Amino acid sequence: MGLIVLLIVVVVLGFWFVGVYNSLVSLKNQVFNAWKQIDVQLKRRHDLIPNLVETVKGAMNFERDTLEAVVVARNRAIAVQAPAAGAAPSAQQVQQTAAAESQLTGALGRLFAVVEAYPDLKATGNVAQLQEELTSTENKIAFSRQLYNDTATQYNTKQQQFPANLVAGFAKAVPAELWEIGDAAERENVKVDLSMHPKK
Amino acid sequence: MSENGNLFAQQEANRRRSRRLVIGFILFFAWLGFGGDFIFYEYTKGAGPGAYHHVVPFFGIILTMIAASMAWWAWTTGPKRVLWSTGARELTDPETPQEKQLDNVVEEMAVASGLPKPKIWIIPDADPNALATGHDANTSSVAVTQGLLDLCSRDELQAVVAHEMGHIKNLDVRLMTQLAALVGAITLIGDGVGRMFFYGGNPLGGMGGGRRSSGGDRDDRGGGSGVLIIVLLVLWIVSWILAPIIMRLMALGVSRDREYLADAMSAQFTRNPLSLATALGKIEDADAPTKSIKGGAAQMCIADPTGRHLNSKEGKVAELFGTHPPMALRIARLKAMGYQAQPAAIPGSR
Repeated sequence: MGLIVLLIVVVVLGFWFVGVYNSLVSLKNQVFNAWKQIDVQLKRRHDLIPNLVETVKGAMNFERDTLEAVVVARNRAIAVQAPAAGAAPSAQQVQQTAAAESQLTGALGRLFAVVEAYPDLKATGNVAQLQEELTSTENKIAFSRQLYNDTATQYNTKQQQFPANLVAGFAKAVPAELWEIGDAAERENVKVDLSMHPKK
Repeated sequence: MSENGNLFAQQEANRRRSRRLVIGFILFFAWLGFGGDFIFYEYTKGAGPGAYHHVVPFFGIILTMIAASMAWWAWTTGPKRVLWSTGARELTDPETPQEKQLDNVVEEMAVASGLPKPKIWIIPDADPNALATGHDANTSSVAVTQGLLDLCSRDELQAVVAHEMGHIKNLDVRLMTQLAALVGAITLIGDGVGRMFFYGGNPLGGMGGGRRSSGGDRDDRGGGSGVLIIVLLVLWIVSWILAPIIMRLMALGVSRDREYLADAMSAQFTRNPLSLATALGKIEDADAPTKSIKGGAAQMCIADPTGRHLNSKEGKVAELFGTHPPMALRIARLKAMGYQAQPAAIPGSR
């Protein structure tokens, strides 16, 4: 009788273990996948910027610094983006990417503000279209980041909560690094120098 | 994510409630089918060797088969039929800025929800509305009316599309199709059985006879179980008479919960519940029925396309018969999420 009870307890514990283990592995893969999605969106942004610069350059013979800052930030961001070989992002990788990309976000934000400040420029069909493209790309990056952070938080919470934390070691679960806005450039308000007038 | 705790708590509460409703729904369905079989089994158990014994649960099996085939039919033909009946055109190659924006917004929400990008359709209707359909996340479609595109800002459009992505992520199309099939099967059989009861071929009469003839042999078992079976039988028949309305009300209850859930999902994807609140306000103010969306697709829309005033008033009737919760309540819940996310928005609020 005692043996049967022991057997039942062992079987129930076994099922629980397998369940928690599998859910941890599944969450870990979701975190990888969410990270991949950020990569896809970042690449798209990097590809879009040369187009943007080309288009705006003609219509905008001013604010050269703003444009240049965008180009520089883009090149730096591409350099950071390591070829991920399907592995989990390391904490360092997340931080570096986040820092470089937030520089780029800041630079793009200033460019947007410039475009907003010159209604003539904004009225140009090309620029309006491009602005929609960029808004959308920026949104996609923000949303993929949000998905990554949500998934990573879920994963981290799961592996830290009792009693799932007892299984976390077996499933090789380590907390995933969240993508935080670490850079002052992204938090800072955008200033536009309105004293400059567009040359026509 | 602590500032969004309310959002996720609402999602969890909605999931729990609709899970309970679905379980109740299925239990009720089982009672109507296999419950009847059990009663007849008990009823004919003591009958003589020559009399009818109800051993195989025909009733439950037939009912389940009818429901399954209806569900299968609705499932395979439904999504195409819904889109076709609205006269929607697929947006494959966005040209105008407006279309381009819609395309971008849908893609953004696909990214936010972590789902593949659905097909996009535009319904030529001036009333603002939107719907989602499809079998699963890989074959899903989102359709919006021209009126919605004209009326909403980018953020509002995004919030509405996010609501539809919420439906897709929660597999609501599947759930509602299945519930509708169960309701349909019950209504169909209910009609048939009703006819059998009231005109001629009364199966209970025959079985009742068997019971009576065997009654004398089983006096020792006492009247207790016999009375219980009669009570169960009466209850079962009453259940059948009320079944179509009860099942429909339960399905509507599930539908309303899924709407709240999709609203909360929208808030999760956009982190901007107030946009959905203003979008819902605009949709409500437009208030004309969306003529091109037929009633059957109502559960997948952002707002009840029939434009019934039921949905706009709070009250018991709206609570029971609407496919969507009252608009005022939905907006209030979204605002609660929004203000919780930004405590500074209301000075002095909790």
